[in-house]
Amino acid sequence: MQRAWSFKLTPTRYILIALVALMIIVAIVRFIFGLGMVTNLNDHWPWGLWIGFDLLCGIALAGGGFSTALIVHVLHRGKYLPIARAALLTSMLGYVIALVALLFDIGRWINFWRPFFYWGYHSVLFEVFWCIALYTTVQILEFGDIFLERVKSFPLKKVLGYAMTPLLIVGIILPTLHQSSLGQLYVVAVDKLHPLWWSMIIGFFFVWSAFFLGPAMVTLEGTLAARAYKRTPELPIFQSLTKVTLWMMIVYLIVKIIDLVYRGVFSLAFNGSFESNMFLIEMIVFVIIPIIMYAIPAIRTKLWGVVTASVLVIVGVIFNRMNVVFTGMATQMGGHYFPSPWEWLVTLGMWSVLILAYLFIVENFPILIKEEHAKEVAVTHGASVGKSVPSGA
Amino acid sequence: MPKGVLVDVTRCFGCRSCQVACKQWNDIPATPTTFNNSWDNPPELNAYNWTRVEYHLIEKDNQIKWRFVKRQCMHCEEPACESACFTHSFVKTKEGPVIYKPTELKQDFCVGCRYCMIACPFNIPKFEWDKALPFLRKCRFCNDRLHEGLEPACVAACPSGALKFGEKEELLAEARQRIDANPAYIKHIYGEKEYGGTSWLYLSDVPFEEIGFKTGVSEKPIPLYSWEVLRWTPYIFVGWGAILTALYFYTKRRAEVHAEEDMYTAVETMEEEKK
Repeated sequence: MQRAWSFKLTPTRYILIALVALMIIVAIVRFIFGLGMVTNLNDHWPWGLWIGFDLLCGIALAGGGFSTALIVHVLHRGKYLPIARAALLTSMLGYVIALVALLFDIGRWINFWRPFFYWGYHSVLFEVFWCIALYTTVQILEFGDIFLERVKSFPLKKVLGYAMTPLLIVGIILPTLHQSSLGQLYVVAVDKLHPLWWSMIIGFFFVWSAFFLGPAMVTLEGTLAARAYKRTPELPIFQSLTKVTLWMMIVYLIVKIIDLVYRGVFSLAFNGSFESNMFLIEMIVFVIIPIIMYAIPAIRTKLWGVVTASVLVIVGVIFNRMNVVFTGMATQMGGHYFPSPWEWLVTLGMWSVLILAYLFIVENFPILIKEEHAKEVAVTHGASVGKSVPSGA
Repeated sequence: MPKGVLVDVTRCFGCRSCQVACKQWNDIPATPTTFNNSWDNPPELNAYNWTRVEYHLIEKDNQIKWRFVKRQCMHCEEPACESACFTHSFVKTKEGPVIYKPTELKQDFCVGCRYCMIACPFNIPKFEWDKALPFLRKCRFCNDRLHEGLEPACVAACPSGALKFGEKEELLAEARQRIDANPAYIKHIYGEKEYGGTSWLYLSDVPFEEIGFKTGVSEKPIPLYSWEVLRWTPYIFVGWGAILTALYFYTKRRAEVHAEEDMYTAVETMEEEKK
């Protein structure tokens, strides 16, 4: 009752594959001739598009994996099961992309394995590196469980079955730690990163926003998948998840204000500088407006409403990371930086890999919920789905 | 005993001998020079220019005056680069220099992530952007010369006495003496307390912020900042793990068991295949 492996090549997919091929060529040039050859990075701007967007944003966007895992598998909220596997998949792919981006970005790439054997525990980067590496492994193992449903191997599946509970829990601790330590990377940039973003608790802001970003990502991704595969979007689930995002964003806003007031820099947000304007856009357009949209039932219960608010949340988190990496550092770093066409091409190529891999996997592995189940789970809110439907339905 | 260099801005007349001496001793290649809107040359520090004299035109006592400031790595007592690096490629030696192990000791663990460049409060480490396998480069306080009992090349070349090499403690004492003896000096030794202190110390007769120094900065060493957040990691790991495990088993009792295997399915491509 198993379909053959399939991957239909549609015109869109040809374009994506072409982008990947171009990326590979640029990557080879970069590895042979160095970063100066293909990037506009310079001594003022040591970190650019690949770190700022592919790594920091990629990892944050993959936050949907751990928030969903926490809600579904640790808190056992069964009604969210329909989106659990898709969230895990995008998260895993996001991490793989981030790791590849990192490999492209590091100068002495032949030494990439050194940190595994050199324990620089006094560095925040040490924590980031280990957690991301371990968590990617954990996610691949978690995905292995799904992989083995398709590629049958009962002994392996049994072993993995025993390991699944600890893996799930470790798979939440690790991203909690490194999402926050990605922010903590900037704690050393005291007097460099603008005080509107620099904070001793920047780690909290990073992990918290990555977590509340999760439901928004699941909403957007679920809607896109539903459109691509002509399925019904899981609207009741999206709506229900907005409660999580709403309350977490309110807490985020309050803690942010307290932090600014405590450090005595609250007034900096209103002094009309470039930084203050960017900060106000970040907080008003991408935090306060989504909070209002989520709070109003007339907006929240409509698909357009929940999707628009989710997009704002997603763009907002990207905007925040960009503000930390670029806006907040600009005054102290000086000089100029705008990514070169080659940098853009590599970024496009990496996200194309992600899309292609996603398409291949959902078309060949059981990731998305069966439509009849989606309704059932939504109606009963997770109660008594049981082993009712025989496989092969 | 830790060494240091005292830079007296009032004594520098901007001859750039230090720049030349640095290039010669460390065998750094020449770089093409460019026009820029100041008298500085080269316009910026980079992987091949580890020290540079900045030319500042400032207004003092209703007169326009020149001040020349030699800049290079400050050689912090507790360097941000050392704490930032997860391969410990930057290290503060007991003699004073902050050295980069891959080039200095041939201990090449550096991955080239450039976090040191983000971390350094003085923006000192520079990257060999033109190399396939680049190193970070910066002033090495002529580590090899110090081991031979010599002063750094730039100090040896300085004709004006603007640079003075010696025991850091003695230099600090001398700096205080100079400030006390001459009211023209700003009553501040830059590098005595900034970020926990640096091996290079500066004296000036004009406010430091007018000659390119970041003033009013933290006196706490930067490594302490990251340590204050990092030290919580083990507790978060264990504590959060315990909370999650407890939640897992508490909610599991109440939750229904789902046959996950039957819930999901692979989907069909909807878009038309290209013929």
